[in-house]
Amino acid sequence: MAEPFLSIQQVRKSFGATTVVQDFNLDVEPGEFVSFLGPSGCGKTTVLRMVAGFEEPSAGKIVVAGKDITRLKPNQRNVGMVFQAYALFPNLTVAQNIGFGLKVAGMPKADADRRVAEMLDLIKLPQMGDRYPYQLSGGQQQRIALARAIAPKPKLLLLDEPLSALDAKVRVSLREEIRSIQKKLGITTVFVTHDQEEALSISDRIAVMYGGKAEQVGTPFEIYNRPATKFVANFVGTLNVLEGTVTDAASGKVRVNSQEVSLQGKLNGSKSGDTLSLALRPEAISLGRQPGRDSSLSGEITEVHFLGSVIRVRVGIGGSTVSLDTFNSPASPPPAVGEKAEISFSSGDMLVLH
Amino acid sequence: MKQGSRFWAWLVFGVGTTYFILPLLATFEFSLRKRRGEYSFDAYRTVFGDPNFQATFTYSVIVAVFTILLGVLLVVPTAYWIRLRLPHLRPVVEFITLLPLVIPAIVIVFGYIRMFGSNSALPFLATARGADALLVIGYAVLALPYMYRAVDTGLRTIDVRTLTEAAQILGAGWTTIIARIILPNVLIAVLSGAFLSFAIVIGEFTMASLLNRPAFGPYLQNIGANSAYEPSALALISFAITWGCMSLIQILSRFAPRSANRPN
Repeated sequence: MAEPFLSIQQVRKSFGATTVVQDFNLDVEPGEFVSFLGPSGCGKTTVLRMVAGFEEPSAGKIVVAGKDITRLKPNQRNVGMVFQAYALFPNLTVAQNIGFGLKVAGMPKADADRRVAEMLDLIKLPQMGDRYPYQLSGGQQQRIALARAIAPKPKLLLLDEPLSALDAKVRVSLREEIRSIQKKLGITTVFVTHDQEEALSISDRIAVMYGGKAEQVGTPFEIYNRPATKFVANFVGTLNVLEGTVTDAASGKVRVNSQEVSLQGKLNGSKSGDTLSLALRPEAISLGRQPGRDSSLSGEITEVHFLGSVIRVRVGIGGSTVSLDTFNSPASPPPAVGEKAEISFSSGDMLVLH
Repeated sequence: MKQGSRFWAWLVFGVGTTYFILPLLATFEFSLRKRRGEYSFDAYRTVFGDPNFQATFTYSVIVAVFTILLGVLLVVPTAYWIRLRLPHLRPVVEFITLLPLVIPAIVIVFGYIRMFGSNSALPFLATARGADALLVIGYAVLALPYMYRAVDTGLRTIDVRTLTEAAQILGAGWTTIIARIILPNVLIAVLSGAFLSFAIVIGEFTMASLLNRPAFGPYLQNIGANSAYEPSALALISFAITWGCMSLIQILSRFAPRSANRPN
């Protein structure tokens, strides 16, 4: 494994008696795009602010490119940052905003002007140099903020929920733009978000955070398909959770609402009589018996929502409800509420939550 | 109903305007009566021709400029720091800045005379320049309630913390942040504070008189005590100067750096 570019080691942050980040560890490879994903108050922004230098860790160490930066001031770290509220300087034009870091660093004016023009081209706003921030849309302002952050060629780029204040359509296009610029420049990036779709779509790796700790660090595929904890499984994606009781630990038999499913090799030392939380993603469930699906459960359709290309169906199984999506087929009408239904799935897709 | 409410609105406006304009008109009319039997600008000619008018007015303008500079240097970083790092101290600082409204200027100036007299450790009053400096400091204190409130209100309209952090992460130090980011964004507020400071300094009598400085306030008092028509002319001139300052600040604010808070 290559030397990590950013290494956050055993970092803890307390405000008085409250500990908001505890024993946080993360190594980020050069050029990697890592997201901190979690609900409000999970400590993700605090970790980012400690990397930026706006908060000092109560314990632990932050190393960038082999240099311990834990006690350095923000203006000594050579780190770029994009804020949720854009934070463009209202009294400066777009070009002056982008050139601010260059001017502070003492770059000659001609070189700075060239770099500003380069940045404006990169964010595809070459004509906007003379405008003031208030003359731009939210999406444009955030692109300028991105250009301003990367203009001084920082070692590390930090993005603090940069898309939260934008409308849905702009968010999608801007996140793709951010990712493409990040790849083009190869800059190591840490992105904070509470939006799982955002994190899943643009990250190389995701650190899912909860209660000041990293619950799981992994690729989007791993996080989604192999959640390590109940929290990760619940927080990332839609999940159907069913309660089951182990009836025969040796053969992996689990009873779910008086029906039996086989989970051989997944019980992780559970004993007969133990109660388990079992989870299934909607896309792992089919309506009716399907070839290749080794397990099934019977229930009754309780809700049908026609969403155009997709029909969302909820099936009541005992006291639980399972949600699944089926594609709309013009040849066959959607299922009706109250109909008896059987759902099928592969036992391999069922997650046992701990 | 609508007609009725409009009538009352105009009536209130008319009464207010009359209350404000009528004394000015009366003063103006009186100031023109210096020549017996006819209206003339003789009182104004006398005032403008008086070398003491020019000298005291120039002195007070210079003192006002230094007072404003001192006020800005003192208040902008303080209000900024309180808002950024010590918000819990805001009530304390607000209370301190209000003290000059509660403590009469005469008490402050006597305190200065005792503290900074010729025989003290800091003998400001031993020289004329020292006394001028003390007068500037005293005026900055008198203007503190207005300057602080104006700047603090200006700071409230911008996201001080995020702008500071954005500048810091781009490598800026405190001086750059205050000079290039904070000050330009609260410039209009600073100008209002500056205008109020100017208005206080131009007419102030107590401090200038007791520190024995040749300022415009004592000159006004002196003319008022010894002439009949010139004080009215001076009152209107002072009024015009104040209004001129106000207009100037309005014009200057149009050329102030544009900000998100003043989009048009």
